[in-house]
Amino acid sequence: MTIEIKTTSVEPIRNTYSAIARRFGDKPATRYQEASFDIEAKTNFHYRPLWDPKRTLNDPSRTAIQMEDWHAVTDPRQFFYGAYVGNRAKMQEAAESNFSFCDKRNLLTRLPEETQHQLLRLLVPLRHVELGANMNNSKIAGDAIATTVAQMHMFAATDRLGIGQYLSRIALLLDGSTGKALDESKTFWMDDELWQPMRKLVEDMLVIDDWFELTLVQNVLLDGLMYPLIYDRMDAWLGEQGAEDVSLLTEFQRDWYKESLRWTNAMIKTVVGESDGNREQLQSWITQWEPLAYEALKPIAEATTGLDALDEIRAELAARLKKVGLESTGVQA
Amino acid sequence: MAIKNKKLNLKDKYQYLTRDMAWEPTYQKKEDIYPDEQFEGIKITDWSQWEDPFRLTMDAYWKYQAEKEKKLYAIFDAFAQNNGHQNITDARYVNALKLFLSGVSPLEYAAFQGYARVGRQFSGAGARVACQMQAIDELRHSQTQQHAMSHYNKHFNGLHDAAHQHDRIWFLSVPKSFFDDARSAGPFEFLTAISFSFEYVLTNLLFVPFMSGAAYNGDMATVTFGFSAQSDEARHMTLGLEVIKFILEQHEDNVPIIQRWIDKWFWRGFRLLSLVGMMMDYMLPNKVMSWAEAWEVYYEQNGGALFKDLERYGIRPPKYQDVANAAKNHVSHQAWSTFYQYSQATNFHTWMPEEEEMTWLSEKYPETFDKYYRARFEHWDKEHKEGRRFYNNTLPQLCQVCQIPVIFTEKDDPSVFSHRQIKHDGERYHFCSDGCCDIFKNEPVKYIQAWLPVHQIYQGNCGGADVATVVEKYYHINPGVDNMEYHGSPDHQRWLDIKGLKPLKSNNEKKTAA
Repeated sequence: MTIEIKTTSVEPIRNTYSAIARRFGDKPATRYQEASFDIEAKTNFHYRPLWDPKRTLNDPSRTAIQMEDWHAVTDPRQFFYGAYVGNRAKMQEAAESNFSFCDKRNLLTRLPEETQHQLLRLLVPLRHVELGANMNNSKIAGDAIATTVAQMHMFAATDRLGIGQYLSRIALLLDGSTGKALDESKTFWMDDELWQPMRKLVEDMLVIDDWFELTLVQNVLLDGLMYPLIYDRMDAWLGEQGAEDVSLLTEFQRDWYKESLRWTNAMIKTVVGESDGNREQLQSWITQWEPLAYEALKPIAEATTGLDALDEIRAELAARLKKVGLESTGVQA
Repeated sequence: MAIKNKKLNLKDKYQYLTRDMAWEPTYQKKEDIYPDEQFEGIKITDWSQWEDPFRLTMDAYWKYQAEKEKKLYAIFDAFAQNNGHQNITDARYVNALKLFLSGVSPLEYAAFQGYARVGRQFSGAGARVACQMQAIDELRHSQTQQHAMSHYNKHFNGLHDAAHQHDRIWFLSVPKSFFDDARSAGPFEFLTAISFSFEYVLTNLLFVPFMSGAAYNGDMATVTFGFSAQSDEARHMTLGLEVIKFILEQHEDNVPIIQRWIDKWFWRGFRLLSLVGMMMDYMLPNKVMSWAEAWEVYYEQNGGALFKDLERYGIRPPKYQDVANAAKNHVSHQAWSTFYQYSQATNFHTWMPEEEEMTWLSEKYPETFDKYYRARFEHWDKEHKEGRRFYNNTLPQLCQVCQIPVIFTEKDDPSVFSHRQIKHDGERYHFCSDGCCDIFKNEPVKYIQAWLPVHQIYQGNCGGADVATVVEKYYHINPGVDNMEYHGSPDHQRWLDIKGLKPLKSNNEKKTAA
């Protein structure tokens, strides 16, 4: 037996908004579609910005990359706001339980002094790199003209703030929440020779004006070398130093990076596929910036995993770029 | 590691988790990293004085917001499954949603873009982080509003192409130019305009009336969104107050600049609110309160207390506040009269109030409604019933600044239109008021650029020479379906079907094409 609730059936007069129907046909649309396509202003802007009088608001020329329609760049994760926070809430729940596990069992404070010092010198300063990434992605979210593109970068901006906060909390675990370890760690970022090429790179990125150049340098090139080096190879190296418990506290970053590859790869592929002009522009940026990202990470690799690990990662990045017809110089892929 | 210092309190801990991640740059110059921080003339001597308006780390943000979204979308699903649109008070109510989706939701998106930008611009990391949180909240609002109204769009007309229309329809240039104005300004003016004037001073007169209207008219989807957005809005209001106090405390030279912005954005906001006023008085079948009452409570009382509080910084209440206060008994009637006449070019329906609504208006506006407006409305109602629904085919003169047709009257004489004009660089410009005229005089180079819909139609930039073509082809309004008189419209017919009522007599369905 089945139960049957009688309901009145009401036929809709249309299935979705007209802008969505123009793209996908008049059929029931997904929440991603209704939230992500054609909700931004496109034309008839009233005033030129005082901060950029040569261009209009939402001006496509804020990047040299040209797309017939930026909505061609979509998110394979289909994240709109609700889907995004839902996903991150689950990830933070796991991170929270790892942090409280480490805290309860004093997993960090029982590490040798020297290892604790290494964490403050080699891992925690990355919180500053994350803040740079946060600023860069916020800029991109403000400059990108299609919602499909802008929202991915807004999510990346808040993600990077969150990752910076997780890294900071490692130091707070070490110093018993006094802030002393964070102060110490910041001196390495400011003054330790090991970090200066990276700090210079991050500051140089903060003056990149072209938003697509910036997403390429930040989210593809630098992250493409930094995340595997730090959260994979250096993580293993820390394990060899007896600090394998630190992995628990960087699990978020590993999951996050794996996921971020999905949208960054899709974005680059679509943009390269649009035109030879785009491919050439991206290629020239890669040629300019990839060696700088490599150089910025070199002292960190030398102090930890050895340079071979970074070279391997560099080859992996080259292989990833090659799949979409781009080359990175400096290493045989 | 030995514990030497004492444990951080919540405030200091939050600072370590936000602004302490920033550093003084040495490889690039600060002014190159933050190029927009200087040009407005605002002097910030010490960003460390910034008080975080709220302390929400990302992990907590994700957790709370995800819980809210889960509840919100459960209601949206239930609403759609149970055809909740059938439970509203009357289908006329849906026209308030059409105004909201085309007039307000695109502003949420513009706010997202604006806050993402200023969330990068300030050299104070505490302020940046607070702005970024608002950026992603605003993205949330723009998206959840699409979802809240998605079901209505399936069952009513006029909601189907809101963002497209926001860029084009004549009266939607009022909200659009407001936000374009803020976004094209520098970062400090943007915050004064949106965080302070819009979110802090005026939100109870803009966002809240729509949500209260939803609550009073059985619209569960929209009111649930409203409740869900409440805690976001509270954060945004706190930021608005912190911003203004921070800038004022930083340097005395900031005071006259902020005063000029408060004057400007109060007046622009007041003009924008005319649309909300007519919504409250005319478009809600079940009325929350009159526009005049809302203005008294939320501006005259609350705003009065706020500006009293700001006195100690040398800030006075906005210029022309007296004109705005006096106008509370007129603006909604004057706006609705205009929309009634030009309904052939709106994305929603208009109608004349029913007798009991006229009675309500007389009670709420004892000084003005019967004296100035009732006779006109009764005349139009009679004309309509006799088959001559009035549409005005002459395009109106728009104000160069607020972009509302020059329809409002003088403060001291409701029988005289308020109209100002000045010459600038050999061209004549028209304004609805001294308030708008002053704004122009302060920044003529900005306002001569305005995309004025009526001028654009006459210049042939809107896809056709006659209004009917512009409306259908350029605005994407389905004539007679999305617009014009409510009675006899397809929405009206559908509503009668839903309620099992007989259709009205055919002479009410006559429509005079524009």
